[in-house]
Amino acid sequence: MNIALMASDDIPDDLRPRWISSLSLAEPAVLEAHWAMLDPKPSFRWLRPAESGLVMLRGRAGGNGQAFNLGEMTATRAVALVDGTPALTGYGYVAGRSRRHAELAALFDALLQDPTRREDLWHDLVLPVEAIRSEARRKRAAAVGTTRVDFTTMVRGDV
Amino acid sequence: MFEHAVVTQPGLADPVHQSQEIFRTVLAALSEPGRVFQLAAAAPAGVLGPVGGLGPVGDLGIGPAALAVLLALTDGDTPVWLGGEAEALANYLRFHTGSPIVADPGAAQFALLKGGDRRLDCFNPGTEDFPDHSATLIVEVVALAEGGSITLSGPGIPDHRPVTVQGLPADFAEQWAANHAQFPCGVDVIVTCGASLMGLPRTVSLTRSGR
Repeated sequence: MNIALMASDDIPDDLRPRWISSLSLAEPAVLEAHWAMLDPKPSFRWLRPAESGLVMLRGRAGGNGQAFNLGEMTATRAVALVDGTPALTGYGYVAGRSRRHAELAALFDALLQDPTRREDLWHDLVLPVEAIRSEARRKRAAAVGTTRVDFTTMVRGDV
Repeated sequence: MFEHAVVTQPGLADPVHQSQEIFRTVLAALSEPGRVFQLAAAAPAGVLGPVGGLGPVGDLGIGPAALAVLLALTDGDTPVWLGGEAEALANYLRFHTGSPIVADPGAAQFALLKGGDRRLDCFNPGTEDFPDHSATLIVEVVALAEGGSITLSGPGIPDHRPVTVQGLPADFAEQWAANHAQFPCGVDVIVTCGASLMGLPRTVSLTRSGR
């Protein structure tokens, strides 16, 4: 096919920002379904139970101007401590008020740090979740694309 | 690999209600200096463990009452001084309260002392214009009880109130006299021992009988 499947060692730690992002943007139902299938489930406790609050979004005009406060958005976060040697701390930050989504994102973040679980989770959860998201974006782009108007400048006769 | 599980202890199980109860207890303690209050009932599961238990705070090297006060009163706007050798506790507070941990005692709004490992005059007593900007010290001692050889008097105390506090430095009475004399400036102290705490606001005068 395309790229050869990577071995577990080839899924490096520095992909963590990517999987944290993918988990946060995933459909909670997909995470929930994967969690339900997970066997054995890890034992864990909440270092920081899920809590919702506001975060200030800041922006810069043109990407390099003075930082300004754009507005607040609701966010939910949770931190799980998954037992093991060593114990793993997973962070979940999601937009909106879904406590369960934040919890699942935190749990999967912790599990993805576990070398014995990473490869399976990467291929069975992170990549599919990313595929779902890019497919949804593609569909949306295609749907919007049908109404695209291309403004063409006519050369008018009187010029 | 990642840095694993720097913080392994949960914070307050029910942050809203527990921190309110802890705050009320601290308020009551500072209003009635010399009375010993128990925090175990006020702050159940979570940080203090099962009601009355010492809970999972052992490896932080701090008693439940002192920890409960720090969790309830500190946040990202209150610099905290912990002294040296408190890396686990510093990480814990950074995680749960977001407090900046400062090395300079004079810059702290809250400080945790074991007995008297720093003199009271190291800490910010506030200014004449803003005496409320002074530091609040949480002093962990070996033993704390009502009745005893230390006599407190002042606002909130009818006549006088004797207490027992073990683990303070020998010259604490002199340090306290200097702190008390600065009124309206001066630091306030919350004395803790296990799950008990006692308020010692700057308004209180303290005498050691038998000396």
